[in-house]
Amino acid sequence: MDFAPHTEDDDRSMLDTLGLEALDELFEAIDPSLRLTRPLDVPPALDEVELLDHLAQLAGRSRGPAGLVCFAGGGSYDHHLPPVVKALAARAEFATSYTPYQPELSQGVLQAIFEFQTLVCELYGMEVANASLYDGANALVEAVTLAMRTTGRSRVLVGGTIHPHYLQVLRTYTSGLGLDIEVTPFDESGVVDWARVDATDAAAVACAYPNFFGRLEDLAAASNVAHDAGALSIAVTDPTAMGVLAPAGALGADVAVGEGQALGNPMSYGGPYVGLFATKLDYVRQVPGRIAGETVDADGRRAYVLTLQAREQHIRRAKATSNVCTNQTLMAIFASVYLGWLGPQGLRRLGEVCIRRTAFAAKRLSEIPGCEIAFHGPHFKELVLRTPVDARSLERSVAERGFLAGPSLGRWWPELGDCLLVAVTERRSEEDIAGLAEAIEKELAE
Amino acid sequence: MTGAQGSLERSAGTRDGEFPLVFELSRQGRRAWSLPETRVDAPELDDLVPEKFRRPEPPALPEISERDLVRHYTRLSQRNWAIDVGAYPLGSCSMKYNPKVAEEAAAMPGFAALHPMANDDFVQGALELLGSLQTSLCEATGMEAITMQPAAGAQGELTGLLIMRAFHEANGDARRRVIIPDSAHGTNPASVSLAGYEAVEVRSDERGLVDFEALLQVLDEDVAGLMLTNPNTLGLFERDIVRIAEAVHSAGGLLYYDGANFNSIVGVVRPGDMGFDIVHLNLHKTFATPHGGGGPGSGPLAVTGRLARFLPAPVLVFDEGAERWGWDHDRPDTIGRIHSFHGNFGINVRAYTYLRSLGPEGLRRVAERAVLNANYLRALVADSFPTKYPGICMHEFVASAKPLKRHGIRAMDVAKRLIDFGYHPPTVYFPLVVEEALMVEPTETESKETIDGLADALNQIAREAEESPDLLHDAPVTTPVRRPDEARAARRLTVRWTAD
Repeated sequence: MDFAPHTEDDDRSMLDTLGLEALDELFEAIDPSLRLTRPLDVPPALDEVELLDHLAQLAGRSRGPAGLVCFAGGGSYDHHLPPVVKALAARAEFATSYTPYQPELSQGVLQAIFEFQTLVCELYGMEVANASLYDGANALVEAVTLAMRTTGRSRVLVGGTIHPHYLQVLRTYTSGLGLDIEVTPFDESGVVDWARVDATDAAAVACAYPNFFGRLEDLAAASNVAHDAGALSIAVTDPTAMGVLAPAGALGADVAVGEGQALGNPMSYGGPYVGLFATKLDYVRQVPGRIAGETVDADGRRAYVLTLQAREQHIRRAKATSNVCTNQTLMAIFASVYLGWLGPQGLRRLGEVCIRRTAFAAKRLSEIPGCEIAFHGPHFKELVLRTPVDARSLERSVAERGFLAGPSLGRWWPELGDCLLVAVTERRSEEDIAGLAEAIEKELAE
Repeated sequence: MTGAQGSLERSAGTRDGEFPLVFELSRQGRRAWSLPETRVDAPELDDLVPEKFRRPEPPALPEISERDLVRHYTRLSQRNWAIDVGAYPLGSCSMKYNPKVAEEAAAMPGFAALHPMANDDFVQGALELLGSLQTSLCEATGMEAITMQPAAGAQGELTGLLIMRAFHEANGDARRRVIIPDSAHGTNPASVSLAGYEAVEVRSDERGLVDFEALLQVLDEDVAGLMLTNPNTLGLFERDIVRIAEAVHSAGGLLYYDGANFNSIVGVVRPGDMGFDIVHLNLHKTFATPHGGGGPGSGPLAVTGRLARFLPAPVLVFDEGAERWGWDHDRPDTIGRIHSFHGNFGINVRAYTYLRSLGPEGLRRVAERAVLNANYLRALVADSFPTKYPGICMHEFVASAKPLKRHGIRAMDVAKRLIDFGYHPPTVYFPLVVEEALMVEPTETESKETIDGLADALNQIAREAEESPDLLHDAPVTTPVRRPDEARAARRLTVRWTAD
């Protein structure tokens, strides 16, 4: 089944209009010796019944949602997805539209972006946000390159407790730009001692808040270190914490970025997610990607347009602030509807439940013989459990018992090879937590 | 689009007759949320969060009922054009129909609810789907290896350029420049800069194709490669592609294929067979995934065998013995990771669904009908809106509104008037090499009747331009707003709502 509506009569009549005999003549510009003389070797077409059966069978071969209670974290979280979010954000008028180049036909998406920008600013205590980036890692990259352009410097200090994948992406993205990336160590309590960090000549200091271990980093201290050296303070920060934790802006961050998946988007094996990017007005002309702005129309009515486009690749080309074109607008609309559903008190409840249930889980899991909480101090919704065994195999065997925790940390920090990350969202009940603890206990007893 | 909102929208706190922002619907104490209490024996919040980390007041999110939330976003959606509403012939954007079956597939819990760092053993179905999609995309492009990590075309471009850099560096060959035609998308030069290269522009010739002699003049041992969109943004197939490829290769460079227009050749000719070394695809174009008002996309990046070792890690592999799919992280020559996880998996599920729905014959039909529709429309409007370059075009054509200039009409006026006829306008003022450009791409999913109607509208607009140009200057008159002041938006910058 293809989706071209052409009947044989349509083909014939259109070809006649063009004075052509056959469809092949449409490709006369392509040297015949280059053209395929066979069909592509791809699987044969399926009818819709076969197709859905096939897909359901593939989906059924992934043991996740049905058989596994999800305590996995590390940048992707199993939060409640309110049905109203998908019902609205996935509406075809949003989903099947393009970038809002014609504002008269795009007020819906443009206003949704304008509202999204406002919501991100509110979450992070910032003055300007963009229409989204690809994901959390990409948002960090764009924050660092903004700092490089702004300061004219090419060194960045990255807290050692940042998501290791984000650090990898930062290295990849900037590998051609001559950026010197220095990773600051963390102490025995799983946070960076920012007072000991030397930010001389740095373009930016990047701090994860909460950090990859779920610990609350002293973002204010990181900001001070940055500002004393003339560097920008970048916070990589979880939006779901912003109902209870002081926002990045209030702790001195100049750029706040984060992963917005947890705001109403499914985990979907890692994407599509949504990179959040907010900063101060001083830097608005250095912001990457699209920005919606308010204006008036020819009749004086309030209207929205894409603005400050001279920053962008389609105008500025090689000198653009970023190469980003397509972003994650639809996921930004999911996030906006979700935040509208939550409101301030719902966001606060979400944060409170995450923090307190994580504290409960910490207590329960540390009662497992041989296990302890690796890093002590305030946590948000994740903790690191130190076990008496190789955490990678424990992660696998506990999953066999129906509980998905992790990731195990040895793949990035060999000295933490016995450590397992555990995330506790509002979806994880007391019974779930007890079940995880018992599964680990049984596994360790064997 | 409906015009029926009018008076229904007036709620206290909003400007009379204005469409409200969600914040203006907020009333203290209203709520839509429903979440559990903590319900476990844990210390109070203030005992867990030291004072310096506490937020005294939560952020000022809107406080509204679920019903208000539903009406607000439903009405917002009605203020937006979409493929499901009508024709959307934006040139270079390939706004084709997005099959609903693909939405159903992506929403299956066995895909949508998977955690990206789950053990490979628990996500075998998802990995098999990715593996099959990768194999098909390699076959369709004539490449040998691929990564699905890039979230969009521009991220694919950067990935490809970093692979280009890694390849030359592995050969001890420091090159500094990448050649791009003047008709290229803006992402090409922007990605080149981000990769640490210098972009060198090569002009188009009188055919609208790469000027081969000009190319030879800039091609030297300092050139890392050439980025080419083929067919190009004028909708023209680069007829010299074989000798271009030979010239670039003999100068030691690599050839990069920007897959923005791959939909016009899928199943007909493959980039690998033309001599390309690196290919990115835009799955939201050729493979019909929804573009969501500007994203998400998916920009897989495919390469020839000699470049496979540089692909972003991890790489998907199939263990024949164990009959098991898994991620190989042990890739010493990798350029590194480019995405937080595995790319836009949910979009890739949709692309796979599309591919399996079409099969090989269906894919070729896509290219044929896309090209047929573009040429048919071009022929119907040729008298009103001439095309600079003769001959058959591919999936799109770039007409010019220049003949209307003598009536004081610009391409933008034509675009705005077309809205009143019930069509989304084409892309305007791009590519830059055509004056008063109207870049039109009907795609294969529009019917002959739709294209006939679109042509009638364009021809009538051309007549109106001569007879009653004010109809064009005043257009559109059927939309919620009319000609928003873009200069004012930039001058009096308001990029977020604030309470007055």
